[in-house]
Amino acid sequence: MLTDIAIDYEKITAKNLPKECMISSGHRACQGCGEILAMGMVTKAAGRDIVVANATGCMEIVTSPYPQTAWKLPWMHVAFENTAAVGSGIEAGLKVLHRQGKIKKKPHVICFAGDGATADIGLQALSGALERGHDMLYVCLDNEAYMNTGIQRSSSTPWGATTTTSPAGKQSKGQHTQKKNLPLIAAAHGIPYVATASPAFHLDLMNKVRKALAVDGPAYLHVYAPCPTGWGLAGAKSVEIARLAVNTKVFPLYEVIGGRFVISRKPAKPQPVLDYLKPQRRFRHLGENDVAAIQHSVDAAWDYLERLAKATGKDEE
Amino acid sequence: MLKKRVGIEVSLAVAEAVKLARAQVVSAYPITPQTHIVEELSTYVANGELDAEFIPVESEHSAMSAAVGASAAGTRVYTATSSQGLALMHEILFIASAQRLPIVMTVANRSLSGPISIWNDHSDIMAERDIGWVQLFVEDGQESTELTIAAFKIAEDHRVLLPVAVNMDGFILTHMIEPVVFPEQAEVDAFLPPYSPALRLDPAKPVTMGPVGVPEVYMEAKKQCEQALLDSKAVVKEVLGEVNAAFDRKYDLVETNGKKKAKTLFVTMGSLGESVWSAVDALNEDGEDVGQVRIRLWRPFPVKEFKKACKGAKRLIVIDRAMSPGSVCGPVAQELKNVFYGDKDAPEIIDVVAGLGGRDVPVADFREMYRLAKKGKLDKTYTLWGVDGNAD
Ligand SMILES: Cc1ncc(C[n+]2csc(CCOP(=O)(O)OP(=O)(O)O)c2C)c(N)n1
Ligand code: SF4
Repeated sequence: MLTDIAIDYEKITAKNLPKECMISSGHRACQGCGEILAMGMVTKAAGRDIVVANATGCMEIVTSPYPQTAWKLPWMHVAFENTAAVGSGIEAGLKVLHRQGKIKKKPHVICFAGDGATADIGLQALSGALERGHDMLYVCLDNEAYMNTGIQRSSSTPWGATTTTSPAGKQSKGQHTQKKNLPLIAAAHGIPYVATASPAFHLDLMNKVRKALAVDGPAYLHVYAPCPTGWGLAGAKSVEIARLAVNTKVFPLYEVIGGRFVISRKPAKPQPVLDYLKPQRRFRHLGENDVAAIQHSVDAAWDYLERLAKATGKDEE
Repeated sequence: MLKKRVGIEVSLAVAEAVKLARAQVVSAYPITPQTHIVEELSTYVANGELDAEFIPVESEHSAMSAAVGASAAGTRVYTATSSQGLALMHEILFIASAQRLPIVMTVANRSLSGPISIWNDHSDIMAERDIGWVQLFVEDGQESTELTIAAFKIAEDHRVLLPVAVNMDGFILTHMIEPVVFPEQAEVDAFLPPYSPALRLDPAKPVTMGPVGVPEVYMEAKKQCEQALLDSKAVVKEVLGEVNAAFDRKYDLVETNGKKKAKTLFVTMGSLGESVWSAVDALNEDGEDVGQVRIRLWRPFPVKEFKKACKGAKRLIVIDRAMSPGSVCGPVAQELKNVFYGDKDAPEIIDVVAGLGGRDVPVADFREMYRLAKKGKLDKTYTLWGVDGNAD
């Protein structure tokens, strides 16, 4: 499973940050939407030479109501669950056009989909595309619920979050299952590059995009994307909560390169999860014991990640 | 030049036609009785005989989705399916036509579960009547070959830009070994120019495909798609004319056999038409006043041409290969009742649903249908042939 992959990519720093936005202002996303922020960063890092396939969901709806479009890139939306398959077709099409000399350069293909479109209904198409090895980048924008249809739970909704289909009530703490680990599922396909990223760490995110596009074959990027509307959070707080997610270890940043786990950021003094939970209305109903339980599972998940990194990392000389 | 007829399984002939058409992307998922077509195509690609990308997708839903993506990227795309596979594609079939993507798909017609049955009838495509695709029915190996090539030409014509489904009966046609004359590659190249998309996903000229249709634009968009489909009839006719000229055939949107201006006409679609043809010939020899109309183009329905073919007929015996549970009759008969509604000289439409799930319908059965219809003994709504009790 482990292969040594050297990724040759043009690094983005604060000095050479791309300026051009590929998604124009005037789109209809809510204020403080983490998805549109992340998507803007991904496309900035990727540049002009890409083709985008977008799943049904918030990002498709807010960027494309005819006769307007927020896209400065060739963009296609087909349905909710099939973006990885549509991307596969686009990639195969561009490949054959390039081979036959009908286009000079083969553009990169990037798929965008929400956590619902990725973790649930679209998991089969995603798995198929990763297994077949299409040279494309699949980006999951994880706002931890189906936002477009009104904040219903997904398998990526964390334990204890209240949503319209996992409501907290007398008999319920809200979502009663643990968040599905999509990056690990993607990594299990043995693809060359998997990473998690957050819009609060924009250079890290953008460089991961660069790396993902530089490798041959499929790459999977799981991006944490706060949704002020769905999470009950002030619009101005989304970057802050994204940073807290990383600093509390709730959403660890890491890469899986050729099967090797590399933690991108180890918070020197991790904050308690309560700091992360408190500002969000979706966790408001939780008591002390619940918070302790979440803290416990966050610590356990981090521990597991560290062990994966240790087990798969190169031995230090 | 006299070309050689080769004995070939019709599925393989269809694969050969797709190769001659120089498809660039083939995405497919196996399902009986379509499998031989895509197996053969994957072999061509593996051997370097066809310069295409073969995408062995993980489901039919993805087969159609990948076809949509590849077509939008600007390539000539082919897929094939059947029955449950077509049903699984359902959602994306509408999108392919709404986005005006000229994908060509063979549907090896097969019944739908349950009970599970791999054998032939038309239930699969009849459940997809309203997907906005051009839909053709072929009857034999030669036609399967030539119309597969023609389907690309129809689909990709800039006056059309719609996906085309070529329906062929599962097993009865797909697995039959028939004599087929193949055109030369150069002839096909002359007939079918490389695909030139009206729009494609190109970073040099970005377009937004598949945007949100707000209520203010949705109906107009639908109207445009319908208009494109209606207008495709003329192109289908034109392309069939070119096939006739190039390969010396006589294909038309609808065809007639048997006695001219007959009072009773059988109406058929697909390969059962051949059995009906034999029955009609025999009945004509017995001096019976009967003929046959075969529908080749099912969508857009060739209303004018069909009515012309039925001129003077008093009675149509429609052979339906699918049910429409809860309605008044089978889908083809429903269509024809609509076609003639309000006409003063409308023929009586008698529907016989026959041969579901691969049930054999021998030539003698059609003679029996005719006899019963003539005596007024066939139900005026519909008869499930062989089940409803068809004797006097
Ligand atoms: C087959 C199908 N089922 C259901 C829907 C309705 N639907 C549209 S978007 C959506 C949820 C999207 O959630 P997610 O993928 O997490 O994206 P988000 O809107 O949160 O960005 C649902 C259920 C659909 N469009 N298609
Ligand atoms: S509902 Fe959430 S994900 Fe959707 S646009 Fe608004 S903030 Fe973004």
